[in-house]
Amino acid sequence: MLKIKNLHAEIEEKSILKGLNIEVNAGEVHAIMGPNGAGKSTLANIIAGKEEYEVTDGTIELNGEDISELAPEERAHNGVFLSFQYPVEIPGVSVTNFIKTAINETRKAKGLEDMPAKDMLKKIREKSELLEIDRKFLSRSLNEGFSGGEKKRNEIFQMAMLEPKLAILDETDSGLDIDALRIVANGVNKLKSKDNAVIVITHYQRLLDYIVPDYVHVLHDGKIVKTGDASLALELEKKGYDWIKQELV
Amino acid sequence: MMELKDKILSSYVAFENGVNMNSDVHEIRSKALENFEKLGFPTKKLEAWKYTSLNTILKNDYSIFPDREKAIELADVKKYFIHDIDTYKVIFIDGKYSSFLSATTHENFDVCLMSSALNKPKYKPIIENYFNKVAKQDNLTSLNTAFASEGAYIYIPKNIEVQKPIQIINFTTGSEPATMIQPRNLVVVEENSHVQIIERHQSLTSNAVLTNVVTEVFAARNATVDYYKIQNDNEKASLVDNTYIDQKTNSEVSVHTFSFGGNITRNNLNFYQNGEHINSILKGVTIIEGKQHVDHHTLVHHIEPNCESHQDYKGIYDERSTGVFNGKVIVEKEAQKTNAYQQNNNVLVSDKATINAKPQLEIFADDVKCSHGCTIGQLDDDALFYMQQRGIPQKEGKGLLMYAFANTVLESVKIPEVKSRITKLIANKLGVNIGFEL
Repeated sequence: MLKIKNLHAEIEEKSILKGLNIEVNAGEVHAIMGPNGAGKSTLANIIAGKEEYEVTDGTIELNGEDISELAPEERAHNGVFLSFQYPVEIPGVSVTNFIKTAINETRKAKGLEDMPAKDMLKKIREKSELLEIDRKFLSRSLNEGFSGGEKKRNEIFQMAMLEPKLAILDETDSGLDIDALRIVANGVNKLKSKDNAVIVITHYQRLLDYIVPDYVHVLHDGKIVKTGDASLALELEKKGYDWIKQELV
Repeated sequence: MMELKDKILSSYVAFENGVNMNSDVHEIRSKALENFEKLGFPTKKLEAWKYTSLNTILKNDYSIFPDREKAIELADVKKYFIHDIDTYKVIFIDGKYSSFLSATTHENFDVCLMSSALNKPKYKPIIENYFNKVAKQDNLTSLNTAFASEGAYIYIPKNIEVQKPIQIINFTTGSEPATMIQPRNLVVVEENSHVQIIERHQSLTSNAVLTNVVTEVFAARNATVDYYKIQNDNEKASLVDNTYIDQKTNSEVSVHTFSFGGNITRNNLNFYQNGEHINSILKGVTIIEGKQHVDHHTLVHHIEPNCESHQDYKGIYDERSTGVFNGKVIVEKEAQKTNAYQQNNNVLVSDKATINAKPQLEIFADDVKCSHGCTIGQLDDDALFYMQQRGIPQKEGKGLLMYAFANTVLESVKIPEVKSRITKLIANKLGVNIGFEL
């Protein structure tokens, strides 16, 4: 599904990714861990198409197509979803109206008619129940005055509505208490299928207790320096990152 | 060609032929004419007109009394009305009352014509007490007062909740190459009463129009007045709106001004708080492009203690349009415990657009809460990326962000039909087909 080869990227002439390779297949869950400043969020933003980052070398392929020149919305239409570490507040647009607009714009890009209102409501009802979201919450302005946990839950709600092929969860566990963490993880697990893939970016092991990864990658200094199975995350939790750095030397 | 000022002064004799000259009102008019003769039209040399020049529009050869009322069909102008609810209507065509388009009343309260109120003895006590009592004596208000003869007259006695909103619309037909009109409105709302008013000025052709309107509003104890001004005129129509509001104890008056079009639009909105526990609300949304110019000059005069004022003006300026926000708040020494809030946020969509923003706070009391905030910026790139990430294309995302930016002002609009009309005007204006039911 996603194939990244030799990716180099910089922001304001500062090199952040330095030859990153990763391949994610449909049906898989990958975790990317690593110390602060390793480039985890940069990777997420580059896959989603944020313009501030300049890709200086390498390719990003989604289902065989190079997406590195596509606008962020075009990548979204191709099935890329990024759950933001810091979701933006948009006063004046309700959660419901925002997600309706997002869905219908995506349909429009595919040459489809707007989703009938009845179907939209049904879907909103189902997905909000899945994530145990209060109905009243849906008519509030997007992310405005939401707690950290509400913002993250709202991100996963949008993911559930948009049904992406590739979901990247950037530090979705930060700001969540243990109950919210379980609800969010449960939501993600229910959305998993053999046709889609999930990349979980996290500092800590605890989210991976709920969303069990097939592969765990360690990102350090702009490169994937170690790959293993779920047990690698446990080892990192216990021993920190220093031993990996030492291993590299 | 004669200068406009001279033309106006020399037309006064003709104007006097049509009004009752032996009245107190005419005394007021004559004094106002003298005042205008002395002051003339405002120029950029005046501090209050530093950023707004009327020069280009004063060059037109205005017809001062368009005397022919051209008939217009309801079907042609229906779109300018809020027509999905029942309302009272006071409608003028080229400054003359249109009984055909209007729906007035004298049952329990008066929604009728200024010309009747100025001439009929039964209205005399009200006119004596209120006419020209809160209006300032500045140049353009004086000009209007000198020619004051027609407009809307609204009198609501004590303890009446007026159920239907009142629409005041001034149409100009362009039967002359250039038309100048001077509508004069008076709104008196007695104790415990409530009224909602919607005002609009609309030119129906591309001939030049200059409207210089004065509205006086008096809100007695516990009265509530909600006033909505819809300014979406064509690009040859200019408007100077002079509104003066006198509030007594416990009254609440809100004025929402929606400026989406016109050539030069100047809003002089003045609130005078003559009592305690008064709430004054001033809100505005400005969205313009081309070479349009909108100037909001607001004044809130806190005279007595324990009052509030809330100002929230949002502006979106594209192309070469220019905007002005000059918000003056005066808190007198006696006006302790005043809570005055002023917010003015602007987005410049084009780098050729300009906004001149000037908050002016003059505070003489020491125990007050006064805040003001003013921002001028572009759209938030992070918010735009967020929307794009969810599949909303950049153009639609920008539209949605601007819509959202402006939309917060609409939360306080109390008439749902007005709110949805304005929402649609904003969406159209921003050229976005927002994918949800407005």
